[in-house]
Amino acid sequence: MRRYRRWLPGLVLLAPSMIAIAVFVYGLIGWNFKLAMSDQHDQVTAGKFVGLENFTALWDDERWGLAVRHAVLFTVVFVLGALVLGWFLALLMDKGIRGEGGFRAVYLFPMAVSFIATGIVWRWLMSPAPPERGVGLNQLFDSVGLGFLANEWWQNRSYGMAAMALPAIWQMSGYVMALYLAGFRGVPDELREAARVDGCTEWKVYRYVVFPHLRPVTLAALIILGHISLKIFDLVVAIATKQIIADVPAVYMWVMTFDAHDPAKGATIAAYMLLAVAVLVIPYLVWTVRSERRA
Amino acid sequence: MRRGWTAAVAVSLAGLLAVTACGGGGGEQGGDGKQAATKVEVFSWWTGGGEAKGLEAMVADFKKKQPGIEFVNAAVAGGSGTQAKAVLASRLQANQPPDSFQGHAGAELLGYIKAGQLEPLNSFYDEQKLREAFPQQLIEQITYQGNIYSVPVNIHRSNVLWYSPAVLKEAGLSGAPKTIEEFIAALKTVKEKTKKIPLSLGAQWTADHLLESVLLGTLGVDAYNALWTANADWSGPQVTKALENFKTILGYTQQEAASTDWQVAAKNVVDGKAAFNIMGDWAAGYFKELGKQPKQDYDWAASPGTDGVYMWLSDSFTLPKNAPHRAAAVEWLKICASKEGQDLFNPAKGSIPARKDADRSLYKDYLAWALEQWSTNKLAGSMWHGVTVNDRWHTEIDTAVGLFLGSRDVPKLQQALAAAAKNSGQ
Amino acid sequence: MTAVSPPQARPVAPRAVPRPRRRRLPVVRMTLLLVFALVFLMPVYVLLVTSFKPLSEADPSRAWLLPEVWTAEGWRAAWTALAPGLWNSVQLAVPGSLISAVLGSLNGYVLAKWRFPGADAVFTLFLFGMFIPYQAVMIPLVQLMTAADLIGGIPGLVLAHVVYGLPITTLIFRNYYVTIPDEMVEAARVDGAGMFRTYRWVVLPLSGPAFAVVLIWQFTALWNDFLFAVFLTGPLSWPTTVALNNIAGAQVVPYSQQMAAALLASLPTLIVYVLLGRFFMRGLMAGALKG
Repeated sequence: MRRYRRWLPGLVLLAPSMIAIAVFVYGLIGWNFKLAMSDQHDQVTAGKFVGLENFTALWDDERWGLAVRHAVLFTVVFVLGALVLGWFLALLMDKGIRGEGGFRAVYLFPMAVSFIATGIVWRWLMSPAPPERGVGLNQLFDSVGLGFLANEWWQNRSYGMAAMALPAIWQMSGYVMALYLAGFRGVPDELREAARVDGCTEWKVYRYVVFPHLRPVTLAALIILGHISLKIFDLVVAIATKQIIADVPAVYMWVMTFDAHDPAKGATIAAYMLLAVAVLVIPYLVWTVRSERRA
Repeated sequence: MRRGWTAAVAVSLAGLLAVTACGGGGGEQGGDGKQAATKVEVFSWWTGGGEAKGLEAMVADFKKKQPGIEFVNAAVAGGSGTQAKAVLASRLQANQPPDSFQGHAGAELLGYIKAGQLEPLNSFYDEQKLREAFPQQLIEQITYQGNIYSVPVNIHRSNVLWYSPAVLKEAGLSGAPKTIEEFIAALKTVKEKTKKIPLSLGAQWTADHLLESVLLGTLGVDAYNALWTANADWSGPQVTKALENFKTILGYTQQEAASTDWQVAAKNVVDGKAAFNIMGDWAAGYFKELGKQPKQDYDWAASPGTDGVYMWLSDSFTLPKNAPHRAAAVEWLKICASKEGQDLFNPAKGSIPARKDADRSLYKDYLAWALEQWSTNKLAGSMWHGVTVNDRWHTEIDTAVGLFLGSRDVPKLQQALAAAAKNSGQ
Repeated sequence: MTAVSPPQARPVAPRAVPRPRRRRLPVVRMTLLLVFALVFLMPVYVLLVTSFKPLSEADPSRAWLLPEVWTAEGWRAAWTALAPGLWNSVQLAVPGSLISAVLGSLNGYVLAKWRFPGADAVFTLFLFGMFIPYQAVMIPLVQLMTAADLIGGIPGLVLAHVVYGLPITTLIFRNYYVTIPDEMVEAARVDGAGMFRTYRWVVLPLSGPAFAVVLIWQFTALWNDFLFAVFLTGPLSWPTTVALNNIAGAQVVPYSQQMAAALLASLPTLIVYVLLGRFFMRGLMAGALKG
């Protein structure tokens, strides 16, 4: 009886949240999978169970293959780019610098702005127009003598999605910077001091003392950026509108669900997106909870 | 601006204070658009520019005639784009329709019709004598299985070729090309003789828009109209020829097309940066806003090979089943259908009325030309703007064109278009 | 991208004193930081100058140029369009982020200090909620809210945000509370304090930085949200973002208005960043950071 008293109140307190999550998260995920396994391909049909038919059929769809390729390229560039840039900015700021608060604000600021409107600016900046009609970054490069940097940006059919990652890096690297900065400063001073006393150069202090401490931060950032990337939608629609050249799974899902009114196909794409996120996230969650228990 | 700052600071302070007060539940404001009997909620994607002004003018007229009914403007931007239709779809699915919503007249509404979400307006048409007010061909093209489901408030023209007289002169061209062959030759001349863009194009949807004009210009009106019927022949040599033309013409567009809005694509012409642009006649309204002079800064003609054919599209309003304020919605539809309403809306929006009895003195420059053409031309429905294809078909065509922009593979495009016609379920 | 990503919080005071450093490096670092700051501000520059241009000058080819004729017309029009939604946004974002924070704090407290059998599994299940693509569930969500008669108004929208904010807020508070020594909670318990009294007198006073992180996070998410707002509320309850989209999403609105509206709509979030920024970093800072 005493033992119940120890944990029962906690469970009761948590119950409303648990019910809300059960309904709004798992209920709706279940709804989605049920739809994905039905043949409800228009607004009228009731839809009957067809198993995994939609899941296999999707891979015969040229547009889907393209969207997946785009998403992979985007993810690689975005995640690496934001990690490296955020890490580098944090490194620059680690030892304190005049106006640190100002710099932090500038780097974090893109996170505060909605892409609904900045999309137009990015569309202008990343325009591939030739020099005589120069626009945006190409024009800027041209005018400062860096004309060779001018390129097609996201309108290149093979590597364009790498350019699409630039605005995403712009948006998220400040946040990664904040995470890393907190990480850097979480390394106890004594450890750094001890290494210095042992005759380590400043670089070696970083290399052997500070960086190993950052692994959990890196992992957390990786997961955060990874799942944003797999779901990326607003940014792509704001910059490129819904064009095949910049198609990604989330946009394709939207098109199938709301433009073509094919609920089953839209749900199938959503299911794949969920699975991709799950593959990324579940091992991480399990690992975190376990390693915490060990500690 | 100062109010913005004070408000925001007040917000933050209120926020901090409320932590201790344990925050209100946010239940300040009840749901709207549900109970009151004296409302009409009208859903559209007209949120800016001339279209919003036109809507406002009609709303003002509505308020004057129906002072007891509150007009709730539920406009969400992005009709042909993203959000508006998605929001609408979710509301209809949840059986929470607005009292009336905007849709392109024609096959675009088929999804709603088949799902039983719209009321037929036949008796409304009879009462308001609309069958006589609208052109016969229009009535035919918006009738589905004997029923009409929407009230067209305007007519836009899709097949318009906009050109820069200055650039044409520089290239040594005497006037607008009449046929597709002449058009291709003209594009070639512009490319060789000037540094200007031969044909200014925008993002992917403007290529879809171009495709319908090229199809119409190559096939002619009867074959074009037949494409959207049950026994359409998408695999024939004429379609192949049209698609070859499409490919050739695309070769004369600028490389930055995908990151160009339709406005910038059209502006290239009036700024003398491009020779041609094929865009719907909403471009005329935009040029007017820019302060450009018709016949000097820009000129127009039917898109090549389509002289005498009016490829039309129409914004229309509907009556959803279970509209919460049905009677008020009918009053709104009366305004939309009336001569006054249409004459208030269209000059502002930059389109012509669907009615035959409009006051011609209100329509100047391009619109005068359009009115005149509307009364004499044969009609063809616009594919891209919702007249001839349902949503699924529309999406598949868009996908096929998008993939084609990358591959430039004509046989593959033709196959995809044929498959789209077959799978449409229309 | 209103996506949720968990900031991490630890209850350790920041170490403010910079260590001694060599001379030459700071200059290099400063230069690099300045260059990056300039690059980061580039889009903002374009937004700003374009917002003051008349229609004829607002063109991508002149993006870098200052206006020849300065006009505040864009700002005036943007203000007119955004103002009606502003109060709705406040009614949404303030209670929404506060309720989120309070719930997250209680949940985090239970999951860290009053654990019940299976608490870790529940926690993991909670977290997964962070990762669902919201577009995928809009249609059933609208049906669900309709059935609950919560469609159309702000309360329903607040509810949706609070529920989908639960994973992230719970995560932040839980990870924060885990680092509070168990002995402190035990001591209170031995003194006879129950769950709530322990929370009120031991845990809550330590929670400042975590509240800052959560409030910033949720306020940004709620203020910038468009998707939930446009699906779940009616025209009379639409927040600023819907108005912003109606300006930026309509292809017929002058660019200057779109840009001015973008800047205007992001001001409140910026102000919150500035006001709470110090606490935000303090919340993020410290100990071994991990998921």
